[in-house]
Amino acid sequence: MTEIFGIPTQALFGQLLIGLINGSFYALLSLGLAVIFGLLNIINFTHGAQYMMGAFVAWFLLNKTGIGYWWALVIAPIAVGIFGVIIERTMLKQLYKLDHLYGLLLTFGLALIIQGLFRNEYGSSGLPYSIPSQLTGGQNLGFMFLPNYRAWVIVFSLAVCLSTWFVIEKTKLGSYLRAATENPELVRAFGINVPRMITLTYGFGVGLAALAGVMAAPIYSVNPLMGENLIIVVFAVVVIGGMGSIMGSIVTGFGLGIIEGLTKVFYPEASATVIFIVMAIVLAIRPAGLFGTQK
Amino acid sequence: MVFRKLALAASVAMAMATAAHAQISDGVIKIGVMNDQSSLYADISGPGGVVAAKMAVEDFGAAKKGMKVEIISADHQNKPEVGSSIARQWYDVDKVDVILDVPTSSVALAVNQVTREKHKLFLVSGAATSDLTGKACSPNTIHWTYDTWMLAHGTGSAIVGTGKKTWFFLTADYAFGHALERDTSEVVKAAGGTVLGAVRHPLNAQDFSSFLLQAQTSKAQVIGLANAGGDTINSIKQASEFGIVKGGQSLAGMLVFISDIHALGLPTAQGLIFTETFYWDRNDASRAFAKRFAPQYKGNMPTMVQAGIYSSVLHYLKAVEATKTDDGDKVAAKMKEMPTDDPLFGKGRVRADGRKIHDAYLVEVKKPSESKGPWDYYKVLATIPAEKAFRPESEGGCELVAKK
Repeated sequence: MTEIFGIPTQALFGQLLIGLINGSFYALLSLGLAVIFGLLNIINFTHGAQYMMGAFVAWFLLNKTGIGYWWALVIAPIAVGIFGVIIERTMLKQLYKLDHLYGLLLTFGLALIIQGLFRNEYGSSGLPYSIPSQLTGGQNLGFMFLPNYRAWVIVFSLAVCLSTWFVIEKTKLGSYLRAATENPELVRAFGINVPRMITLTYGFGVGLAALAGVMAAPIYSVNPLMGENLIIVVFAVVVIGGMGSIMGSIVTGFGLGIIEGLTKVFYPEASATVIFIVMAIVLAIRPAGLFGTQK
Repeated sequence: MVFRKLALAASVAMAMATAAHAQISDGVIKIGVMNDQSSLYADISGPGGVVAAKMAVEDFGAAKKGMKVEIISADHQNKPEVGSSIARQWYDVDKVDVILDVPTSSVALAVNQVTREKHKLFLVSGAATSDLTGKACSPNTIHWTYDTWMLAHGTGSAIVGTGKKTWFFLTADYAFGHALERDTSEVVKAAGGTVLGAVRHPLNAQDFSSFLLQAQTSKAQVIGLANAGGDTINSIKQASEFGIVKGGQSLAGMLVFISDIHALGLPTAQGLIFTETFYWDRNDASRAFAKRFAPQYKGNMPTMVQAGIYSSVLHYLKAVEATKTDDGDKVAAKMKEMPTDDPLFGKGRVRADGRKIHDAYLVEVKKPSESKGPWDYYKVLATIPAEKAFRPESEGGCELVAKK
């Protein structure tokens, strides 16, 4: 068996694939953040809590009403998205004219409150949520055993990421959105309801977080703290990709998943910090991030 | 004028109170419960640990005996520097007499040091490292519920005994994980087994697939999980997803609590074998305790750490009553001198090295079909007698143990 740096190549392939799977969560979450930041200029620190809420909605649906995973994929993002819309309408709206920092502080505070409430009610160990029966089991790829559910995670999140990118960068709706961010007054002069569009965009970004939450539920336990650690990593991903860059966040999300996966093989102790090392290096060389443009 | 009279009356009353409890500092026995109240270990003791301490104070009948006991709590966030600064604040400013629990071995080792400097008392329930009664032992620390040596020998020996001799460890990368891996490796090697490797993961990791894949590639017969709480839950859950057990490898949860099993659910957790020192459904006394505990803690049954807090507070108050002081050095000595006896752990004793000993139980998680409902999770496979369950005093390297 051939080896690279003392690791059998087959094992390495496995690790690359796993990195890609974790990367798909990073990509999905950082995409939502990038959409919200790019179009609303809000640094949405509630994102982790909203991801967690998505997983909890899936759990509620299954345990209180018997509605399974597939419907949860649709219902949870809508439910949490509506929650996001309410927050935008009642609170965030007041802050658009102020510095970014105020939005950050508000969303950070909200995240702490939401996580605190859930933890108080459900403890810290989490709740069980099983993999949908259609996706149990796995494939033996020769170099590793790939659970079907993980394969689904990669494919589905890639599809969601690319369609989001397509809608925002390539369609008329997306061009309205982008124009509204650049010059809201002018776009409004064309008869477009800019505030409503912004509200819906926030709802959509939040919905993406909830979607990632539902997808994470069967892998990690449904846990009030599941978003707390992830959100910091995801912010690093967004910063590396370039704040507000849609494609940047997708590519960096997957890319960093792989880098982290490799670190887990070569020096596992550093796997929790490697992303921040990359962030520091990128910021030193390209302060606007890999795909960002200096405004 | 009225104020001066009141002030006079108050100071007389205080003088009398002080006379009655000449040796109790400030007239109050102040207990500080310090643990993880908000993160991955919060369900192991957390706020439930405070509930257990309160129950012990009530059951001891402190109020009837004229002893004033106050309980405060704090969240150490699993950070040694936070833990030791809380300990200093508690001892110096808040006049705390005894600190309880402190899961997360790295934090416990820090509090162990502070307590020794201040001549107070530290009753450990949540932390696991056997170093607390080994090379880091202190006259002011008593390690109550369990430790890594006990887990390694209880669970490790049972599994090696079934003929599975090659091991690979998934280890939480800090004092506790290292101690548990070390103690278990010794057991495996002593029984003629081999340790093929280990991977150290950061505390509170979410994704274990990469580590599990390395464990799978090692072809070891047993994958030992030298981690705890949320880390163990995620390891077991993802191991089942990656078909590790179906592929013929066994999982050995070296430290598993009933709260972890509750979070995993029986379909995933069934068949796991591990060691506990307390199970709520073991006898009438433990059931009676659990039935009183659960309504005060959102219907959750007590873990062994919470039971240990109850038991240690009870013994502590007995020692304070006997010595009529809350002086850390004197109470610690008395606690070691008096035999222990309580409804949850039965009869036992505290050794010179600070190790509290009692029976341990090797348990297996029931199949979903065997369980009568929530919290009916364990079959007790074997009882390990107290003297065998814990590391012999002479082997720990504790300076307090007289050399023979």
